[in-house]
Amino acid sequence: MHMADALLSPAVGGTMWAVSAGAIAYSSAKVRKELDDRKVPLMGVLGAFLFAAQMINFTIPATGSSGHLGGGLLLAMLLGPYAAFLTISSVLMVQALFFADGGLLALGCNIFNMGFIPAFLVYPLIYTRVAGSAPGRKRLVAATMISAIIGLQLGPLCVVLETVFSGISALPFSTFALLMQPIHLAIGVVEGVVTVVIVTFVHAARPEIIRGAMGARPLGRRPFRAVLVSVFAVAILTGGVLSGFASKNPDGLEWAIAKVTGAEALQGTEQGLHAAMTALQKKTAFLPDYGFKKDGNRGGRNATDSLGTSLSGVVGGVLTLAIVFLSGFLLKRRRPTA
Amino acid sequence: MCSIDGTLLDFKNLDRLAAGDTGIHRLDPRAKVVVTLVFVVCVVSCGKYELAALLPFFLFPVFMVTLADIPALYLAKKIAVIIPFAVMVGMFNPLLDRQAVLHVGALGISGGWVSFASIVVRAILTVSSALVLVAVTGFPAICAALERMGMPQPFAVQLLFLYRYIFVLTEEGAQVSRARELRTFGGRGRGIRVYGSMIGHLLLRTWMRAERIHMAMLARGFSGAFHTRRQFCFGTRETAFVLGWSLFFITARLVPVAHLLGSLVTGIL
Repeated sequence: MHMADALLSPAVGGTMWAVSAGAIAYSSAKVRKELDDRKVPLMGVLGAFLFAAQMINFTIPATGSSGHLGGGLLLAMLLGPYAAFLTISSVLMVQALFFADGGLLALGCNIFNMGFIPAFLVYPLIYTRVAGSAPGRKRLVAATMISAIIGLQLGPLCVVLETVFSGISALPFSTFALLMQPIHLAIGVVEGVVTVVIVTFVHAARPEIIRGAMGARPLGRRPFRAVLVSVFAVAILTGGVLSGFASKNPDGLEWAIAKVTGAEALQGTEQGLHAAMTALQKKTAFLPDYGFKKDGNRGGRNATDSLGTSLSGVVGGVLTLAIVFLSGFLLKRRRPTA
Repeated sequence: MCSIDGTLLDFKNLDRLAAGDTGIHRLDPRAKVVVTLVFVVCVVSCGKYELAALLPFFLFPVFMVTLADIPALYLAKKIAVIIPFAVMVGMFNPLLDRQAVLHVGALGISGGWVSFASIVVRAILTVSSALVLVAVTGFPAICAALERMGMPQPFAVQLLFLYRYIFVLTEEGAQVSRARELRTFGGRGRGIRVYGSMIGHLLLRTWMRAERIHMAMLARGFSGAFHTRRQFCFGTRETAFVLGWSLFFITARLVPVAHLLGSLVTGIL
């Protein structure tokens, strides 16, 4: 479910980075204010635990396939939303750097999809409401199952939205959503079962861990609402600013390219459609303009692609790669002697 | 059975590369973080049909790999693990987008294939830049650099704690998993029941470890910050590194280098 750099546009990636960075700053301030220094090592070690647990598989009965723990909800139940969010974010960062799961620009998206959603949306809005303050076994199971399923529907939905808004993949929203959501319904059920099993085990062995985690955080309505409001304000603001860039820049870039190559790119053909599209974009203020490939921008590009420029493009591409790798090779050869 | 051990070994290998001592390794980590971020943004900002514009960007990973003495084959293997994902998602582009945008001789290549190739190339570029960053900088140094650049301190401490215990706990997880593997026959005992108590035990042990660490911290007067001897120095070399590469990335983004080169050569021929 990791979102990848390769499918992301800078506007979407930047917006999600801003949102996640804001949430990290807010959670850090909250954790610091809690002044519970027992939590410092606990968060670190639980992050490492999550990392290890994600590698251990189990067989899903009757299917023959295997699954593993996601763990976002489990951490939120053990640590509370702020500390859990920081812990999940740190695990995602290690995965992005060492295993290139996702990538650096996509890190913002991934932190949102897998950290923000379970910690700040599912846990306080669904889990705590269903479970109540002192849940019995049935309520605990029900709350965990519902939360896991909803969390694993929202996360992939965000992946789909981020991909579609980026417009690099040609998959339309409905197809992609139809591919992702049903699979993640099954994954959500599995995640719910696993979380229930682990939580009941821990509850039986050391009930104070689960109970302590529930009692320790009087999660007031007001600060939580503040988080939501500020996060969405940041999202809309950066989205607006960045999409302003995105809708302005490529035109400028193409103009520059046209000037350099001497090709007369047909700027702004289909005036009406292009104008309508830009107006629409300004209204929605979230869509970078790469998505609309068949209007003015791309039309210009297609029209200039005569046989000559295509051939030179292919030749040039091969040459560039050859030069790059040759220079690396020469550098390598030269170094031991130098 | 050895998959967790394998992953752990892989992790350690990448981590060990950061101990190298080349000109690139000695640069201030902030310079490397900034350059990598500029690189990623420039690569990602290329339009989805601009395949040729992506190619000059290979210069950066190639240079870093050679100058920092990173085993290229090892890196290529790590990248190869990630590529199938990009291929899987990109696969739909050729099916859905059939408008021809490129003509080589009589052969028309559809926009879908061009954007498919561009997705794969993007994946290779971004993945390699992230791995190269860790290999030439090391995780603790990246955290320190990010903290210097404004990352909140509790998050930095969290990242460092995680990094210290990730090896310990993954090894423990691998042990547990191996023990289960040795006791299961024909797929029995790999189900959810055993798994639940196994992970539960791991969690309990983790919890107790955290309590011990907390006591050790108190005994040693831990105040919530890691003190390191690392000195930061953003000198001329770092400035040149950041400006030089950023200039190159932006130029490569604005000027179609490959196209110009191609027209030059085809013009001469």
